[in-house]
Amino acid sequence: MRRIFSGGGAMIGISKLKNLIGVQVSKNQRLGYLGRMLYKYRWLYFMMLPGIAYFILFRYLPLWNAQIAFKDFKPLLGVWDSPFAGFKHFNTFFNSFYFTQLIGNTVIISLLKLVLGMPMAIILALCLYETVFKRLAGFVQTITYLPHFLSWVIMFGILLVMLSPSEGLVNEAIKASGGEPIAFLYSPQWFRAVVVGSDIWKDTGWGTILYLAALMAIDPTLFEAAAVDGASRMQRIWHISLPGILGTIVVVTLLRLGNILDAGFTQIFMLYSLPVYSVGDILDTWVYRQGILEFQFSLATAVGLFKGGIGLVLVLAANRLTKQFAGSGIYS
Amino acid sequence: MRTLTKSWDDIFFQFLINSFLIILLIAVLIPLWRVFVMSVTPLHYIDTKTLGLWLDPRMWSFEAYKQLLSHPSFIRATTNSLIITLGGTTVNMLLTVPFAYALSNPDLPGRKIFITMALIPFLFNAGLIPTYLVVQKLGLVDTYWAVIMPGAIGIYNMLVMKSFFEGLPEELKEAARLDGANELQVLWHVVLPLSKPILLTVGLWYAVGHWNEFFNAILYLNDAKLQPLTILLRNILLAANINEYVEYDAFSSAPVSAFRAASVFLTMLPIILIYPRVQRYFTKGTMLGGVKQ
Repeated sequence: MRRIFSGGGAMIGISKLKNLIGVQVSKNQRLGYLGRMLYKYRWLYFMMLPGIAYFILFRYLPLWNAQIAFKDFKPLLGVWDSPFAGFKHFNTFFNSFYFTQLIGNTVIISLLKLVLGMPMAIILALCLYETVFKRLAGFVQTITYLPHFLSWVIMFGILLVMLSPSEGLVNEAIKASGGEPIAFLYSPQWFRAVVVGSDIWKDTGWGTILYLAALMAIDPTLFEAAAVDGASRMQRIWHISLPGILGTIVVVTLLRLGNILDAGFTQIFMLYSLPVYSVGDILDTWVYRQGILEFQFSLATAVGLFKGGIGLVLVLAANRLTKQFAGSGIYS
Repeated sequence: MRTLTKSWDDIFFQFLINSFLIILLIAVLIPLWRVFVMSVTPLHYIDTKTLGLWLDPRMWSFEAYKQLLSHPSFIRATTNSLIITLGGTTVNMLLTVPFAYALSNPDLPGRKIFITMALIPFLFNAGLIPTYLVVQKLGLVDTYWAVIMPGAIGIYNMLVMKSFFEGLPEELKEAARLDGANELQVLWHVVLPLSKPILLTVGLWYAVGHWNEFFNAILYLNDAKLQPLTILLRNILLAANINEYVEYDAFSSAPVSAFRAASVFLTMLPIILIYPRVQRYFTKGTMLGGVKQ
């Protein structure tokens, strides 16, 4: 870090030197400070132009369009000329029967994924770190990381192959032991379990990466010293490994909590169906149906904006807490 | 005595954790294996018994694959996926790299403003509908651009790349500048050759994202001629009658379940084949991002 800094300093030094020598000074003096800077960095600004255009079109125009949350959007009138409606759409949503159901489903599914998924990743990371069979560990890593890269469409196909009442492996087993096949994906009792379970299956391996990195960073002499003092394996894990990755655990938890309203849109969109709306419908899927399928653009945007606003507050709070935590030296 | 008990303790511990690793390994492999077994099950077999996890290799039938791979809809969907993945990743890199490079220059006037400009939409998402209206207004619906452009710069990817560029030695860039190179030349001749790991990492992330893309395709690509493989797969999986999407030869020896499983397997095949070779780039990139949080 310091090296880069001094490098930057040297660079400022050189450009100042250039000015002192008088390179292009006469030409640039006429342009004024701003013009001189624009000219000097013209190549960099030129390189940024496509990116700036992208940000304006695809990131800021949507922010501008978001004003339809406060209007009765009529496509023919356009965003600006549509009649003002105040907080009508927000109130519609807050007072609707859906409000508690959607928030509830979103938060419950998110929390279940966090609470059940995270210990799995931590345990797997500890096992990968502790095993003496390093080739096995490498193989397990490769295989368990793989599902992270599969689209939820593929995951849906895999789930059908495992869970479908007619041809799924699990139901074959149930039938073989004399039970009645279960329509896991269409059953309100089972749907959340399928969502959380498939998320754990897909991302536990990938989730170990940060913990493994933290484990690798622990000073190995600590383990040796503990072994000399007669600490058992479990004691070493409990008193050295876990404290060593505690910082990472806290940071990951905070960041996940900051995104608690993202319960996994594409996953639910792919897996859910009418019979399980009561337990599986989340904010994002509802916004999709209201907006794209029912053409309730303003209402859907209002709910999206509500979600974005809460999300912003949560992420900023999580970031602040993370920084405080990192400040205490654990995350260095 | 002491060392003996300790070694037994160690052996038991190793037994425990390695069993856990192997159980997890099997838990991940079983569903993937089952997809494959189902995809090669011949019709006469499935009528008589349940499939389980084992099918005698002498009975494997690749009829479903044969049908799929020669089917015009499947070929077209695969072509679309390839176009979107290659074209999309090219657009991603063309936009992300220069932008990240410019922002990595600590002396760039207005740098803070541009970084803030990039961070605001990262933190506050306007949501689905406002973006949908933009894509519609720009007339991109039913063009490949509709699935490529909205995510052309992944803000997180751009920031990771920026911090990589910032870590490169300033002296090299400055030397090139003193030799009269403009910034484009510095980027091309000095920075990019030093940045292969990050280019691969970010490029691969973009590429996987495009290959797996299905939601934007559902939103913006109504024309079946443009739809990628993920959409065809979704249709095949959800359809009560597969013939709506791919004419399935009812007189063939492959059951519908094999047909479905084969399409799942073919869609994930590129990832299964490519991923193990490039795994280290993915993990490296994640660690880089994680540490820079």
